[in-house]
Amino acid sequence: MKLRRSMLFVPGDNAAMLSTSFVYKPDSIMFDLEDAVAAREKDSARLMVYQALQHPAYRDIETVVRINGVDSEFWQKDLEAAIRGGVDIVRLPKTETAHDIQELETHVERIEKACGRPIGETKLMAAIESASGVVNAVSIATASPRMVAIAMAGFDYLVDMHTRRSTGWEPELFYARAAVLHAARAAKIDAFDVVYGNVNDDEGFLREVNIAKQLGFNGKSLIHPKQIDLLHKAYAPTEEEVSHAKRVLEAAEEAHRKGLGVVSLDGKMVDPPVIHEAEMALQLAEAA
Amino acid sequence: MTNSLEQLSKQDPKLGQFEPFAGQNAHTPYLAAPDSRLHRKVCESLEEAIKRSGLKDGMTISFHHGYREGDKVVMKVVDALAKLGFKNLTLASSSLASCHDPLVEHIKSGVITQIYTSGLRGKLAEAISNGLMQKPVQIHSHGGRVHLLQTGELKIDVAFLGVACCDEFGNANASNGKSNCGSLGYAKVDADFARQVVLMTEDIVAFPNHPASISQDRVDWIVKVDEVGDSKKISVGAARVTNNPRELMIARRAADVIEFSGYFVDGFSIQTGSGASSTAATRFLEDRMKRKGITASFALGGITGGITDLHKKGLIKAIVDVQSFDHDAAESLRTSPAHIEISANEYANPTSKAAYVDRVDVVILSALEIDLDFNVNVITGSDGVMRGASGGHCDVAAAANLTMVVAPLCRSRIPTVVRRVTTLLTPGESVDVLVTDQGIAVNPKRPEIEKRLREARLPVITIEELYDKAVALTGEPDPIKFAERIVGVVRYRDGSVIDVVRQVAD
Repeated sequence: MKLRRSMLFVPGDNAAMLSTSFVYKPDSIMFDLEDAVAAREKDSARLMVYQALQHPAYRDIETVVRINGVDSEFWQKDLEAAIRGGVDIVRLPKTETAHDIQELETHVERIEKACGRPIGETKLMAAIESASGVVNAVSIATASPRMVAIAMAGFDYLVDMHTRRSTGWEPELFYARAAVLHAARAAKIDAFDVVYGNVNDDEGFLREVNIAKQLGFNGKSLIHPKQIDLLHKAYAPTEEEVSHAKRVLEAAEEAHRKGLGVVSLDGKMVDPPVIHEAEMALQLAEAA
Repeated sequence: MTNSLEQLSKQDPKLGQFEPFAGQNAHTPYLAAPDSRLHRKVCESLEEAIKRSGLKDGMTISFHHGYREGDKVVMKVVDALAKLGFKNLTLASSSLASCHDPLVEHIKSGVITQIYTSGLRGKLAEAISNGLMQKPVQIHSHGGRVHLLQTGELKIDVAFLGVACCDEFGNANASNGKSNCGSLGYAKVDADFARQVVLMTEDIVAFPNHPASISQDRVDWIVKVDEVGDSKKISVGAARVTNNPRELMIARRAADVIEFSGYFVDGFSIQTGSGASSTAATRFLEDRMKRKGITASFALGGITGGITDLHKKGLIKAIVDVQSFDHDAAESLRTSPAHIEISANEYANPTSKAAYVDRVDVVILSALEIDLDFNVNVITGSDGVMRGASGGHCDVAAAANLTMVVAPLCRSRIPTVVRRVTTLLTPGESVDVLVTDQGIAVNPKRPEIEKRLREARLPVITIEELYDKAVALTGEPDPIKFAERIVGVVRYRDGSVIDVVRQVAD
């Protein structure tokens, strides 16, 4: 299973970052053509991202391009550059309805055909940044078979909700997180939590990571490379969890060898969900 | 007495040449009056000290670089010498920094005609690389400088040594006082070897001033000046503290390499050279040391707050300090009994009777370039212009059990891993491991270390693969165009010539 704990934002107009960000080895790298790029830099950023996508250094890492919103004059050009450059996932910001995704998909398919990429190869993810996006989350998450993830974006959403960020358990984001997460899980796709803006506050970042992890998010969007390692460590299982997972898989293996349907370990039944959880734990431990 | 000497002369002509006693103060006239007995070394002005030192045209003056980018002594002295009309002097500073850019004018006017230094940067380095001086600059290591003094190639006539405080006999340190740069490890050597020693001090304190990093018996003259240096700037330049994620990532990998190298055992010793990733690596050692119950016997070198922090926590038993890289280091030297100040001779001289580098297990060093044979350049940039310092690089690299070089694979569009270094400073035979942001390469002469790192699942690849990755990002750089003329001679720590720097072509 593809791990998606960390999605690192890289401003599309920053040549230095484009040429180095792969070294941090996040699970996904998101080249941003939207908010990080000033209007007069959009063309050059698009060109640089197009080149970066084709560089061998990004061959072994999942690439995402955040295009400009469907209400902008830039998004179709962004899409051309991203798909022709070989991007894995297109991230649509400010997704309000399923229709946004469907319109996007039409253009994705057109460009795939035009440039000879296999139809359906380009995946999509939606960023939810408003109240209407949250209430439409289920239809957005299921709008296309290309959808692989949905991401919560906090800043615009909170403005829309007439509130602001707090510390602690962040009640202002609770409903949106839960709604987006349920939509993602119902659609069997991944879910990313919001970015944490204060890059010098490791403690606050980790507090928020723990909220996201406990709720069930796959991971978070990140704006600084130093957050990657903190996040991966926080998502890593403990040594006890790893050793338990190994025992679960050994027990399952033995049951399989003996032709038994189900087996128990320490008095608890080892069934497919338990096995799946154990496999996940080992994968996370391996990747940490 | 004259008769007795005559008789001695008959018995042995040599003994007859002895001088007859001529009163208790015949050779110590200053003892005759209380004022001169106590205050004879203190000069009213720098000009007076220069005069009394007997400095003449064509002689050699020396300086220490304890204040690094904050140094105010070199320019103060050379400006004064220029005003006094001195010409044709050799300037031997343990190192030079960007704050010494104004030396260019004094070279043009013939005040300074020869330079010995560990490093040079900024406009001075650029001008010399472009052919400013007739005589090539001699670039030595910190240990190698002491060696050159021992062999007599470098003879210091007058050392001008900035200190934070001293008493009127010359017992001096830079641990106390206003501008305290910490260790005077390089100044100690000059005080030992110079024919005349002039202390430039910010404060003359009560006698006896201790600790005496420089002792009264080495000091000829003392001048009080407003400022010898800005101690805030000792951590500027090569000794800066980083928050750059890529440098921190390299630092963490360096800590990984130490942990699994086979040298991470109780009682190990460590040195971190200057350079952001190198000094930052200590941050990542603390947890590993605690987890494995390991303490270091000593840390050597240019000392940073990272090292003193581990010392305070009991993880490094002793600190051996030739130069303090920041305020925390200077403060630790002042307050911790197990923080020891040493001279550059004790630190790294290959012909010292005992050098601390010989006992170092692990060292982390930086590089401007490293080539496929692990040769290192820390002197010239990718444009062929000098912009670095030899420092203790080749000294400790030659001696340590595990010599690690840390560097980003590329700096902007400039690759660090290259086919052949522009200037050779530390030979590849001294280098064991290269740690970059894109992988770790182990010198093939250390297969046992490579095996341990691979077993720990660290990202070990060959240096050729690192080179290919660099070229994939930057392309193959065009060769630098040099003129024939040699503008710098790179001296290995034993005094031999390991490479030369040529004038950059127009």
